[in-house]
Amino acid sequence: MRSSHSRRYISSRVLLYGSAIVLALWTLVPLYLVALAAFSTKQATFQWPKPLLPTDFSTETMEFFVNTRGVLGSVGNSVIVALLTIVASLVIGAPGGYALARFRFRGKDTVSLGLLISKMFPTAILSIPLAVAFIQLDLYDTIWGVALIHTAMALPFVVIITSGIFVGVPRDLEEAAQTLGCNRVQAFLRVVMPLALPGLAAAAIFTFVISWNEVFAATILTLRNRTLPAQVLSSLNDSPLYYRYAGGFFMIVPALIFIFLIRKYLLNLWGGVSK
Amino acid sequence: MAGIRFQSIRKVFGKTIAANDVSLEIEDGEFMVLLGPSGCGKTTLLRCLAGLEHVDAGRVFIGDRDVTDLAPRDRKIAMVFQSYAVFPHLTVFDNIAFGLKMQGRSREDVKRRVERGAELLQLSDYLARYPAQLSGGQRQRVAVARAIVMQAAVLLMDEPLSNLDALLRLQMRAELKRLHSEIKATTIYVTHDQVEALSLGDRIAVMQNGRIVQCDAPMNIYDYPANTFVGGFIGSPPMNFLKGVVQTNGAGTSVNVGESHIVPSAMVAPALAAKTGQPILLGMRPENLALTPTQLPNTLRAHVLVVEPLGSHKLLTMQVGAEFAKVSVPPDQRVEPEDDVWLHFDADKIRWMDAANGEAIR
Repeated sequence: MRSSHSRRYISSRVLLYGSAIVLALWTLVPLYLVALAAFSTKQATFQWPKPLLPTDFSTETMEFFVNTRGVLGSVGNSVIVALLTIVASLVIGAPGGYALARFRFRGKDTVSLGLLISKMFPTAILSIPLAVAFIQLDLYDTIWGVALIHTAMALPFVVIITSGIFVGVPRDLEEAAQTLGCNRVQAFLRVVMPLALPGLAAAAIFTFVISWNEVFAATILTLRNRTLPAQVLSSLNDSPLYYRYAGGFFMIVPALIFIFLIRKYLLNLWGGVSK
Repeated sequence: MAGIRFQSIRKVFGKTIAANDVSLEIEDGEFMVLLGPSGCGKTTLLRCLAGLEHVDAGRVFIGDRDVTDLAPRDRKIAMVFQSYAVFPHLTVFDNIAFGLKMQGRSREDVKRRVERGAELLQLSDYLARYPAQLSGGQRQRVAVARAIVMQAAVLLMDEPLSNLDALLRLQMRAELKRLHSEIKATTIYVTHDQVEALSLGDRIAVMQNGRIVQCDAPMNIYDYPANTFVGGFIGSPPMNFLKGVVQTNGAGTSVNVGESHIVPSAMVAPALAAKTGQPILLGMRPENLALTPTQLPNTLRAHVLVVEPLGSHKLLTMQVGAEFAKVSVPPDQRVEPEDDVWLHFDADKIRWMDAANGEAIR
């Protein structure tokens, strides 16, 4: 009786950890292979079978990639565009999510639905009119323009994610803050915001990923001020394999750093898991 | 310190009228309980006072100030919520300090007041903890401490004990009463629990369907319910209501209940005489009925259906004619199911109600 119970416990543990390992490998192995190729010599990239350990470590490939004209600038552009997008989409989207979560108003369902419908509209169709409009507005080939488009892309998700979060923050807490001397804005900043932080962090990560990976609009709307994906894309087809690995590695690292930094906000910090 | 005045308050949610022309005056330092079943508008009235709801009509005064159009934070009130609404991201200390900090008090002042409040509610050992690390009862204390440190003239409580278990509720009830005698703030307390209302209130306002049906001292409400609703809502078990018909002849006014003739007290006889021939209800508290083996003046024939020994007393379910009544008797009373007995009562203890509209006849 007892042993069959513990056997079931062990097998469920094995299953749990086994699945976790498989999932981790699924993500980590490609990352490792990309990193390996990026930090090997040019020749090593073409070796077969590939060595699974960094036998001939070299920064030659990375140096080549980094020193390619436009790459460093495009990394800077990408970071700035991503940060601008996060700030803009949270500043615009979070209040939208809050309104959907807290208030009942005419056309509320239409608004929620409209947010999703806007995502069904293909960017490809919009791209030419957008380019024209941006040229007229002097936004063409600027990081501001790209950030604007990325914000537009991320906004529906940010509104939907944040409204889900704000629904989870009890209205009582906000009202309690109001009876304790806060106006609505103070109650939001002092009580709702801190409680919504994990969700806002998730929304920020999501927005970052959207902006960091977005290549189509960035390619159409810029010429010299390219973001990294646009830059890499434009030169990828004509470049050797090791260059592509270096580019891939360079695309991954900032995203990893960002997610790592913001990760702690995803966890509840106040005295363990609350009910 | 300040009194409170509701003046013809009206509040409508969609098609529901939560407060229908409610007027109520509460004196400085009074403990007023708003009592009623769920949906009667008691919480709405409280929230209108707190400024969390905007009234559709009428005015609200705190002291001499018309606060009807003021934001909650400008009303000088403090409130304890049913859910406690303790901030999960702040420690107990910071929770209690929240309102004081918003008032811009100095660090030492805040610390002193928080410590005093924590002491009053026995939270001194928990100041560094987060709400998630507290029990339900402790969280409730934090909510009360957070409200009382504000030293607001008016303290509002919205069913503060309803989420506690029975024993804790009993303790906290007495503690709240002690607290009120200590801080003496004008208090409005919303509850659907009639025992809490009787125990805590200087006065009780009983509400039904968005109206105050009776507002009086607890024992007056208990002894002289204004209508059958109040009599049935207050008291556990509730007041019994038996049907009768008023009869007036040469000998005076009496009321026929089944085969018995009940002679009302001289006080209400004239009022009853005016209803001659009409059906009427006799309201009787279970503890005001006694068993006798023989027929006396003012007795009713009754058949014992159920006997429930409850320790401090026995609760009997009786059949009286075609109706049922609950009777509370001493624990040592010898009584068995299926016994046929006579129910005796003091005519002064009967509350006469108009059968048509349920209003008390006095």
